[in-house]
Amino acid sequence: MSYLTLTGIKKRFPGGTVAVQDFNLSMEQGEFVSFLGPSGCGKTTTLRMIAGFEQPTAGTVVLDGADITDKPPNRRNVGMVFQSYALFPNMTVAANIGFGLKVRRRDKAFIAARTTELLDLIGLPDKADRYPWQMSGGQQQRVALARALAFEPQVLLLDEPLSALDAKIRISLRAEIRAIQRKLGITTVYVTHDQEEALSLSDRIVVMSEGWIEQIGTPFDIYNFPKTPFVARFVGTLNVLNARVVDATAGRLDVGGQEIRATGAVDAPTGSSVSVALRPEILAMGDGGPDDLRLRGTIEEVTFLGAVVRIRVKLPGDAGVASVDTFNNPHLAVPARDSAVTFSFPAEACLVLDVAGRDAVAAAATAI
Amino acid sequence: MTDSVSTLDARSAPPARVGRPRFRWTFLGVVPFFAFATLFLVIPTSYLFIGSFKDSTGAWTVQNYVNLSGPVTSNAYLTSIEISLVTAVLGGILGFLLSYAVIAGGLPVRIRTGIFTFSGVASNFAGVPLALAFIFTIGRTGFITVFLTNVLGWDIYGSGFTIYSKLGLEIVYLYFQLPLMVLIIAPAIDGLRKEWREASENAGASTWQYWRHIALPILMPSLLGATILLFGNAFGAQATAFALTGGFINLVTILIGGQLSGDVLGDQNLGYALAMGMVAIMGVTILAYSWLARRAERWQR
Amino acid sequence: MTTSANVLHGDRDLQADVPDRRPRRRGQRKTVASWIFLILCVAYFALPLVGTLIFSLRAKPMLSAWTDMINDPQVWSTLAYSFVIGIFTIVISLLLLVPTAFWVRLRLPRLRPVVEFVTLLPFVIPPIVLVFGLISTFSRPPLPLTGTSLGSDVLLVCAYVVLSFPYMYRAVDSGLRTIDIRTLTEASQSLGAGWFTILFRVILPNLRVAILSGAFLTLAIVVGEFTIANFLARPMFATYLQQISGNLAYQPAAVALMSFAITWAAMGVIALIGRGSQTEIEVTGAH
Ligand SMILES: Nc1ncnc2c1ncn2[C@@H]1O[C@H](COP(=O)(O)OP(=O)(O)OP(=O)(O)O)[C@@H](O)[C@H]1O
Ligand SMILES: [Mg+2]
Repeated sequence: MSYLTLTGIKKRFPGGTVAVQDFNLSMEQGEFVSFLGPSGCGKTTTLRMIAGFEQPTAGTVVLDGADITDKPPNRRNVGMVFQSYALFPNMTVAANIGFGLKVRRRDKAFIAARTTELLDLIGLPDKADRYPWQMSGGQQQRVALARALAFEPQVLLLDEPLSALDAKIRISLRAEIRAIQRKLGITTVYVTHDQEEALSLSDRIVVMSEGWIEQIGTPFDIYNFPKTPFVARFVGTLNVLNARVVDATAGRLDVGGQEIRATGAVDAPTGSSVSVALRPEILAMGDGGPDDLRLRGTIEEVTFLGAVVRIRVKLPGDAGVASVDTFNNPHLAVPARDSAVTFSFPAEACLVLDVAGRDAVAAAATAI
Repeated sequence: MTDSVSTLDARSAPPARVGRPRFRWTFLGVVPFFAFATLFLVIPTSYLFIGSFKDSTGAWTVQNYVNLSGPVTSNAYLTSIEISLVTAVLGGILGFLLSYAVIAGGLPVRIRTGIFTFSGVASNFAGVPLALAFIFTIGRTGFITVFLTNVLGWDIYGSGFTIYSKLGLEIVYLYFQLPLMVLIIAPAIDGLRKEWREASENAGASTWQYWRHIALPILMPSLLGATILLFGNAFGAQATAFALTGGFINLVTILIGGQLSGDVLGDQNLGYALAMGMVAIMGVTILAYSWLARRAERWQR
Repeated sequence: MTTSANVLHGDRDLQADVPDRRPRRRGQRKTVASWIFLILCVAYFALPLVGTLIFSLRAKPMLSAWTDMINDPQVWSTLAYSFVIGIFTIVISLLLLVPTAFWVRLRLPRLRPVVEFVTLLPFVIPPIVLVFGLISTFSRPPLPLTGTSLGSDVLLVCAYVVLSFPYMYRAVDSGLRTIDIRTLTEASQSLGAGWFTILFRVILPNLRVAILSGAFLTLAIVVGEFTIANFLARPMFATYLQQISGNLAYQPAAVALMSFAITWAAMGVIALIGRGSQTEIEVTGAH
């Protein structure tokens, strides 16, 4: 039985902007769902409709069996963490955390106990009497989290809570948020435009684009089996090569004058143009195994990314450039620029995307 | 002034390295400013200051300050303080409400711009023309007075009101106090972040609870500071009161004016002490204001 | 990596438009309350102006208050006098404050609190006390300025320059803050400019908004100033208005309205100058 259900949600702003279109999602209790998408795709707007700050133009929000679409935000019992922390500057950390309980007229002893409990939970037991401006960004965001959790909301909403923090803290804090969420078992919606964050945290991801849901699925599904070209391109790094269908039924494709053969038929007419999508980490330098597909090209650029060395290989003709990720090995020479190379990949790794884009055809992957 | 420019010009060589005596020269750039301020601000004030500690024979004394408690002078201070306090608090509250209404009250942006421009005008529109405008409007023959008498049968002057009174002066002062408040408090209202309201609603607070626990406490330093500034503004005003009452209301500024043009106190040095007492009150006012402004700034980051 | 350009979205245009829900009426009460309060305030502010206008029209024949004003040479001579005093004030104030603010920001940052303190002193020392001090100081040797008309004019301008310190300095200083003078100066120096060129060709043009708005504010304040002009017995516009308000019936109403119009014009110019600029603009001085 689903706990939080959004049905047919649509939002049109007075100016005429349609921010969210036909949004349908149902979440289980305790589930951690991320909204992922580029800037302006409507993630925040959807979240704010769950919190009650925006009124949907159409559709309903049902929480634990009750329709809350028309409830004002202060009667919803939904906790929200803002991108900019939004801590009350006139209150101490403890007062910030206890605010939700105070306005609910809980007694002082209870508030004090709950505040202490939450301060321990977020790992700031000694900061109760600090003011927000005396704390770092990461600490402030933890307090904001505690404030949102203090009144035991039914749902926790986080709107890009880490985007104002620097990279190191972002990674440690996101693990902490997930741990706290698991511990409390609270149903959580997490908005982000950082795909790594979404992939590493979520039970399920909702990928959005221009107000539409592109795909809903587990991180594994989203990454490995993208349903639309947008998802394939947005989640993870993707090489997209131009190709032409030589023989649709046999799955034969021409990439810059070199022929490769996808496993299974290609759902596009022979002679039409398609895109071939390849994840960089699946490509390997060299000829690979006997069943692998191969492409030849010249090295355009070699980039050190630390553990990984990314080699950009320019293919002949207008086929494009492929990035190949290899692990850094201090004992191997880095290939020189402009040298001719071959890289290889398993046939089932190649996703054929319809250029017209109606429905992406995952030629091999779905066939297996 | 030309001095300072040519001084700067003379230094047009590339920045000197350590060892050159450039340190002494840099101070020359601010000499004209300090010289001017000394001549036309510091010396005249010091003249009054020193004079306030002397008696008519030139001997040092604090008697002048003791004498400020005399009936005329103490009454002047009390009246000045009362009028300043009333118009500061009233102007403060009304100005805040107006500023809030145009910034966050859902009014069109054009109204907001209009009100701010007008506030700039009205807060500078003090003195003689303002006093006259009120005399022409609710003076004995002003059109409101006539209207009330003829149409509603209510003779306000018959029932004791007069624009030449303390109450009248307060009504007139509001004309520049209120818009000044609108201008001073606007940045603080702008600084109230939308997220604070949303976070409080999200935590379950009602509108009243938001104001009681968050918005008002955050605004309080700015509100107090602005009100104090309004107090100083009214306390130092002379022209409006003079033009309105012709010098018949006993304010500190009016009394100083009387002393300046005709030695109404009959004691030059008491006049100096009167002026210095005023400066002291203004000084405390400004100190309190800047302390509160710093507090407000800390929160508004 | 190539991006194939034509991967489009699916059949979204087929999605039927759902009828819009009626928007929630939240915040509407607040808007109504705002309108009511605004109208009350506007009434309070408009009534004295309307009253003055009506009063000026009571003169018989109908527009004689206005024609009298136009035909009164002293109205125009005092107005011209006030403008001249205002312009002197502006020029001296700028000549004092611009180089000072520039130099303090660039070379003497430690002196900044002191300069700021001095420019804020006129808030603490009201005009009536200032003129009291000036007359007491300059009515005797070594500088008996009040004895002559020229001396009084000098004193008047200097007093107004002092009055202009708080907002003029703040306007110039915040103007300097927004343009990052250190970089500009160093860039000019690296291109071989001298201090004169830097100040007049580089810094000043960038301070245009700050300086112009400060100047018009000063003009508005000087033209309306009464206290200092009165005690120095200068034939300023405001003192003349005060003078005729005692012995003429209707003409003062017309003059008062014109005075309001002048303030309004100055503020209008400031608003115009400030449009689209990030410089903070000072719109009020001390009374
Ligand atoms: N109050 C508003 N009025 C009008 N349009 C709005 C409003 N709020 C958002 N929009 C528009 O709705 C669209 C979606 O905005 P939204 O804030 O939901 O994006 P987002 O996915 O959260 O983006 P980001 O990652 O940048 O935060 C945008 O085109 C935005 O311009
Ligand atoms: Mg957003």
